[in-house]
Amino acid sequence: MAGPTKEKGPKNEFLYFAFRNWKLRLGLFVTVSFLVVALVGPFITKFDPWGYVGRPAEPPSATHWFGTTFFGQDVFSQFVHGLGPLFLVGALGGALATLIGTAIGFTAGYRGGAVDEVLNMLTNVVLVIPTLALLLLIAAYLKVRSFLMEAVFIGCTAWPWTARAVRAQTLSLRTREFVDLARISGMKPGKIVVTEIAPNMLSYLVMVFILQFGGAILNAATLDFIGLGPTTGISLGLMMNYAVMWGALPLKIWWWFIPPGLAIALIVGALYITNVGLDEVFNPKLREK
Amino acid sequence: MKRYLGRKLAIYALTFFLAVTIDWMIPRFMPGNPVQTMLSRVSLRAEAVDALRGYYTRAFGLDVPVWQQYLNFWRAVFQGDLGVSIYLFPKRVSSILMEAVPYSIALLLPAILLSWLAGNKFGAFAARRKWLDNTLLPVGYLLTATPYMWLGVLLAWAFGIVLDVFPIAGAYSFQMSPHLSWAFIKDLLWHWFLPFASLFLVMFGGWAIGMRNMIIYELEADYSKYLESLGAPARLIRKYAFRNAMLPQITGLALQLGVIAVGAIVTEIVFSYPGIGHLLMQAIQNQDYFLIQGCFLFIIMGVLLANFAVDILYIIVDPRTRRGMVGES
Repeated sequence: MAGPTKEKGPKNEFLYFAFRNWKLRLGLFVTVSFLVVALVGPFITKFDPWGYVGRPAEPPSATHWFGTTFFGQDVFSQFVHGLGPLFLVGALGGALATLIGTAIGFTAGYRGGAVDEVLNMLTNVVLVIPTLALLLLIAAYLKVRSFLMEAVFIGCTAWPWTARAVRAQTLSLRTREFVDLARISGMKPGKIVVTEIAPNMLSYLVMVFILQFGGAILNAATLDFIGLGPTTGISLGLMMNYAVMWGALPLKIWWWFIPPGLAIALIVGALYITNVGLDEVFNPKLREK
Repeated sequence: MKRYLGRKLAIYALTFFLAVTIDWMIPRFMPGNPVQTMLSRVSLRAEAVDALRGYYTRAFGLDVPVWQQYLNFWRAVFQGDLGVSIYLFPKRVSSILMEAVPYSIALLLPAILLSWLAGNKFGAFAARRKWLDNTLLPVGYLLTATPYMWLGVLLAWAFGIVLDVFPIAGAYSFQMSPHLSWAFIKDLLWHWFLPFASLFLVMFGGWAIGMRNMIIYELEADYSKYLESLGAPARLIRKYAFRNAMLPQITGLALQLGVIAVGAIVTEIVFSYPGIGHLLMQAIQNQDYFLIQGCFLFIIMGVLLANFAVDILYIIVDPRTRRGMVGES
């Protein structure tokens, strides 16, 4: 057992500033609240999301909290069942994009030379391609699509800006003295990246993941809205697709299209604000004066 | 400058090459048989089936080797021959797309430029101004986090249904036919406004936030501190900060183009606005594969051209690129 340390560890300092920061608190609160709804919701609602359980186009009431759709399906039930896949696709797609982006960024930045040239070219090309349009093209030809596939597709196309940023940071860290020291003491390049360079960028990588998380949610919602999302299951984007296609606007069924879009905007917005908060916690220069 | 521009052009050429290759590959190597699907869709019209089967055997040409199919596809692309639409048979895909392009440009160009200018101005103004900053931050982030289609639906509902001041579908009233008159132009603008506004608002939030963050970084930079210690007026320091913050915002514009293009697609779908996005949706729903391929090609070309325009802007704004001091990206 280690004895009590005299100086305050960096962790304590981090937590101190983290709890003082209203952006971080607000962002985390909203995100976690929705996560709880996603986890608990499906057990609260007694309706099948696709079942015709009420009268058509019924406004919100005690039985149907968010009202019913044009077909008499329970909107609240669809909503809570759609939240789970949203977090799943966001986390998975975001994690994959962060992973690919950092791997390519580290390799390009640390190895340099021809490897860097090739990877940089690849990054720039994928950066220019409107990747979501590419996903549309691919999805249009697939007869069966799953949430996992959607997440993998999004992850495999959203990495370029991360690779670029990580490469730039690696380039500047590579020439630092502590990295030189590790190199002349015979450490292998892979180990240098993992034990010397990556820890110095950890805070940045956390923020990258949060941004990718939000981006993946938005991309998935767009695909679902166009009708090229997963062929089974429900998602918030798909709810909006049905609402628009079946005339929720002219029929004034506002309770059908407001909840899904609002939830996406709130969750992604909260993630972004969490990110600003984290940035301020990690970087004292940015703190409010 | 030559090196900078040359590098960029090489990237665009490579991107275009890859995009066309993907466009060619996907219908051929994906599971399922698009030709059969396409033929079964028009099975009611005998003359269409014959014409199409003839066309498909040539286009998908199972009688020629794969490499030749690929070369033929390239030749067709350069000749502007993107095949015949199924859904709007017997119109040619290229002419359908050309009719849709003006609507997409009319929506996108003003929305991108105005939101970028206004967002940058506002973001720079709000940065480090206590309450304005604390309002801009959540509102701006909420706006950028809003899915394009949802803001579109929301505006259509609020201004089109509840207040009933704007139309919510089409590019002009359907009792009108396109002609040059004040009444028609007014009608056109009336239909244009809501889709434009929803694109504008989402982008505005993003630019304002981006600028705000950049200004705060710049105000903490050494040169700002130095100016401050010399006793320079705050307005002057902000002016320099703004100029420096512009450069990443221009790069940001280039990076966002793909996202914006897709944002325009879903906005057009919501408002049934007859641009490329609306067309793409029709093509997907009707499994009109030539039209889907054509839409993708047009979107790629649009994004590449816009990227090039941004590069030119960057060269004009940043003198370092002209003197070859920035070789990188």
